[in-house]
This record gives sequence, structure tokens and C-alpha cells, in this order.
Amino acid sequence: MTKNISIPALARVEGEGALYIRTKDNEIEHIELNIYEPPRFFEGFLQGRYFQEVPDITARICGICPVAYQMSSAKALENAYDVEISQEVYDLRRLLYCAEFIESHVLHMYMLQAPDLLGVDSVIEIAAIAPDVVKKALRSKKLGNDLLKTIGGRSVHPVSTKVGGFYRWPDKDKIKGLIEDFKWGLEFAKETARWAVGLDFPDFEMEYEYVAVSHPDHYAIYDGDVLSSTGKRVPVEDYETLYLESHVPQSTALHSHTTEGNSYFVGPLARYNLNFNQLRPAAKGIANEIGFKPPQHNPYKGLLARAIETIEVYDVALELMEAYDPQGPPHAKFDLKDGEGYGVSEAPRGLLYHRYKVGKDGLIKEAKITPPTAQNYAQMEADLARLAPEVLFDRSHEEASLALEHLLRSYDPCISCSTHFLKLKHERV
Amino acid sequence: MSKPRVAVHKFSSCDGCQLGILNLEDELLDLVGAIEIAYFLEATSKIQPGPYDVALVEGSVSTPHEKKRIQEIREESGVLIAIGACATSGGIQSLRNFVDHTKLAETVYDHPEYLDYLEKATPVSDHVKVDLEIYGCPVNKYQILEAVISLLQQRTPNLPTHSVCLDCKRNGTVCVMVTQGIPCVGPVTRTGCGAICPANGRGCYGCFGPAPQAELDAMIPLLQAAEEYPNQTEHLLRNFAGYAPAFRDAVDAMLEESPKK
Repeated sequence: MTKNISIPALARVEGEGALYIRTKDNEIEHIELNIYEPPRFFEGFLQGRYFQEVPDITARICGICPVAYQMSSAKALENAYDVEISQEVYDLRRLLYCAEFIESHVLHMYMLQAPDLLGVDSVIEIAAIAPDVVKKALRSKKLGNDLLKTIGGRSVHPVSTKVGGFYRWPDKDKIKGLIEDFKWGLEFAKETARWAVGLDFPDFEMEYEYVAVSHPDHYAIYDGDVLSSTGKRVPVEDYETLYLESHVPQSTALHSHTTEGNSYFVGPLARYNLNFNQLRPAAKGIANEIGFKPPQHNPYKGLLARAIETIEVYDVALELMEAYDPQGPPHAKFDLKDGEGYGVSEAPRGLLYHRYKVGKDGLIKEAKITPPTAQNYAQMEADLARLAPEVLFDRSHEEASLALEHLLRSYDPCISCSTHFLKLKHERV
Repeated sequence: MSKPRVAVHKFSSCDGCQLGILNLEDELLDLVGAIEIAYFLEATSKIQPGPYDVALVEGSVSTPHEKKRIQEIREESGVLIAIGACATSGGIQSLRNFVDHTKLAETVYDHPEYLDYLEKATPVSDHVKVDLEIYGCPVNKYQILEAVISLLQQRTPNLPTHSVCLDCKRNGTVCVMVTQGIPCVGPVTRTGCGAICPANGRGCYGCFGPAPQAELDAMIPLLQAAEEYPNQTEHLLRNFAGYAPAFRDAVDAMLEESPKK
């Protein structure tokens, strides 16, 4: 007999998506992760815009991780125009990125994924059981937003980043004024990791190829090479020699895959497995204490990687805030020329790649953006195909839906990375 | 009185405006005590059927499916509030309304024939009656809170309509246009952001859309005189709220008078 399962609307992800599975005689016939995020054509209308508009425009791809889009695009354009940013700009960008990680990770851990692990519908219900925990989580999330606002004017689509640096240095006293709260945030991040390790994670492991940015000196978020768990390490300009996107007619969205045609995995677990040794003592100490050591192959435990990363970014942020005392100009001066540039950084939900062709008139000739969720797409489908037979036949429709949704949510899919997520016409064959 | 049932719906958008609700960290627990969140996919998997007392709608209408869905939402909603630049003016994706959309699709996708979208991305009010609009890219989250509280208190929401320019004066921010010659659309842009761009040493880029009393005819020559690169005035106004009628018409008139350089 043929059985269809359909989850028409996927909750607690950013953006919207749906999942369709067709089975016959208890075998999966067809599985389709369907993103009905409309096409928004960013790469199209970036053409002809002035380069300095790009960080503001690409931020609008995702309201949850606008800084990631600003950083990858600014870096790519600096690469194209041979711009050297100062150490002070570099440090402030890392600090800004820490703020986004705090906001996004705490949101995902407590508001998007924890409800699944606790068997409730939302953080509102967690608040009914454990109001103090939720209040602390909200305070921590707010600290991320407070720092975003201090550096960028506002937390969603901040306005201070430009190609070459920042429009203006943020106020020193305001940065320093957050330090005491961030010390509390660091302790709460440790508390979160100790709590999270006790959550009941489903047993599920897959063989993955992990891909993340990697830096020789620190746990990479803002910059580095592109590293794969296969051992391949390439500079950003060679990214497209290893990872491709294709628009498969029978599929519902652009899929990224390796040049060998394999799916791969980006995000916190990839970063954690590839760059664990570069975590600072605070984060590594707690990782050892709770016994969460790499390699880890359970995608649900991306939550624990997020928890450890939250300690790391609070720790890094505190150091950068203590040292913050900018003396030089907030942005570099440079000349325009024809060129092409590449930029990569780690959005909270995974590697984000940008490439631009630019002219000496300052206008964008070509733009290419590969968001993290496009890269995880094929892997998410593969994971769902693996989990589906385990849950589809001996559980109720509702329970099966929930189990599959939970797996997907653990990836923190930012489906509004709508540069590449779209609903295609449904083809019936 | 029972708690009003509130639904949050997403159309074509970045999620940043509905995130504003989750970013009300200090008010969130009190807020969910005063209202019932009946439908809010970003926050809860509990989906309660309509009708809803209040619908908050984020995003523009840009696909045939969305065109149908906004009608359904209107029918099952008491008060419908459009939140953000996408819902109130079409948003960034409405830039496609000014160009050949087929070329745009071909630029981005190998198989544009598989796409299913409307030629234009349009505001919610082009499709159904909207009871209240909250502007901004992103919205000011406190304006969403004010709208909900005003409904609870059965009064008119207090949403200011002056321009960003006035906020700079109130904040004591020195004018970037007068003192540094930086093009700034603050004088014609609606308040709500806190005038953060001039405070950061740059010109306003109009993400809250036109202020009701915007004098674009007077403003455009000033902007053109200050341009840092060719056609900057068009870029500034044809942006996150570029499809809002006042900005749209002003740029159309400007291009008719002095075609692109």
C-alpha cells in the first residue's frame, strides 16, 4: 500500500519549509524537502548596485544572521579591491560576530531546539515549567543583541559595517559598560552546557563530510581557509573548485554538493569536529568536563556544539571588549579597479560564501552567494531518508512528523537564506 | 475578557521583523501572558486553527500561493497588521518590479522555468484591507508592542509620523549632509529607527520608507548635488522601501527628467 506523509508547515525554523515523503510497501519511494520560500533574486538585483551598498542589501537575506552576510560580503569586496583592513577593524568585526553568535545560538538552543528535546511546543511552555531558566536565557540572548546594537546601531540589520571597516567606532564607554554583564553571560553559557548535556538526544549517527572555515590561530568564525574532514584544505578563492551548486530539475531547490557529487555538512558540529583543538581553555574545559569530545556524528548534538561555542564567543568577546581602545581610522582608504573577490565566514548555522565581480566604477557586475542551508540541503534530505523508515511505520502520523521535524530543526535551517531557496512547480510524472 | 488570539504569518521576507517579537526579551513573558499565541511558526509548533483576533503579517506577496493565502488570512482575522517594509511596500524583493524579471531569474537560476512567482512583489495592502501598517526594515519591535498593547487597551496606537531628520535634532546628532556633504534621505524618511545611520556617521538610506509629509521634489535636487557616485539618489530611494508610492513616483519623475548617467 502507498502511504503519503506530509508536513505542510515546518515550525520553529527561520523561514518556512515543508516535507513530502511517498512510501510503498513500507519502503521509501520518494522524499522531498520542499522549501516554499519564494525566490527573492538577490544575486540578480545586486548587479549594478554600488559596492558600498552590498553589506546593507545582503544583510536582508536573513534577519537572524545579518552580520554573517555583512561580513562575508564586505570581505569579498575588500578582496576584490585589494583592501587591507586594520587590526583594530579586524578585532571589532570579530567582536560584532561574537554578538551575533550569542543572539542566534541562544535563540536556537532555548527557543527552537530545546522544546523538541523536552517534549513541548515552544519556549513559552518551558517558561511555565522553568521560568528562571528561560529568564536567564532571554537575558543572555539580549546581551548578544545589546552588543549588536552598541556596535551596529540595531540588532537586526545593523548599519555600521562598510567595505573597508566601519562607518564609525562604537563608543568605548558603552562597550566597556557591557563587560560585567558579559561575565555573567559567560558563566550562564557554562551552566547551559552542563544542563544541555543531560538532555535526551535521539540516537542517530551518520557518516558525514564536514566542511568549515579554519584558521591557524583561533577557532574560526570570521576568517580562514575552507577545511574538509576529508583533509582537503583550500583558500577561499578555490571554494568553487570543490563545492558546487546545481539546479536539479527534478528537485525542489538548489543543492550544494562536492565535485564528487557527495552531500556535506556545515554548521556548529562541522566547526566543532574540525577546529576543536583551537577552542580556548574556558570552552575546552567545559567540553572535557561534560565529556563532549570530537568526533561527534549525531546532528541533534549540534545543540551541544552550540553550547560550547557560546562559551567560546562570550570568552573571546570579553577579551576583545577589555582591549577595545581604537586609535586609528575606522575604515581603510582604497582605489577602485576592475576585479573579482571572494569572502567566506561562519554564519551561526554554517559556512557562508560570497563572490563578486566588480568594476572600477564601483558597480557590481556579478554576485554569487552560497548560504549555509543550501549546502546542508542534500545532507538534510539524506538524513531524513535514513530516519524516515525508523519512525514512519510504527508511530502515529503526528509522532512521525514530530520526529522528522526535530531532525531538521537540529540543523537550524535558515530557510529565509532565500537566495537559493524556492518552491519549484510541482512536477507529476 | 478572554485573551486575544494572535497569529504571526510570514510571506516573502527575511524573518527579521517577526524576530523582533522574539527579541522583546524583557517583555516577552508578560506579552504571552496577555495574549494567546495561536499561530507563530517561528516560535511554536502548536498550530491552532483560526479565526484569529489579530494577525501580524510579515513579508510581501510575491507568489501565486501567497496571493491566495493572504485572502484566506484576511478572512479569518479580526485586525490585520502589516509589519515591516516588505509587508507595507514590497521590500527589497520589489526591486524586481522595476526591471525585466525574466532576466533577473535567468541571472540567478539555471532553470527559471521551474520557478513559480508573480512578476511583482507587492505590499499586503495591494491585495486585502490592512488595518494598521508598521514600517521599517526591520520594524522597531517596540512599535509592534505598542500596536498590541493599544489593541488590548482599545485605544489608537501611538506611532509617530515625523521624519528621521527631526530625531537627529532631538538626539543632538550633527547633520551629516550639511556638515559633511553626505547624501542623507533622513528628511524624507519616516521615523522609527532612532536615526542610527547619521549617529554612525553615514547618511540615512530610507529603510523606514517615506514620511507622510515628505517633500521629495525639494529633496531630490539636494541629493543629486551631493552624489558620491553616479545615480546615487536613485539607489538611495529605490531601495528597501523603493516601491512605496512616494519614493517610487519621485524616482520615476526624476528619471524622466534626467535619465541615468
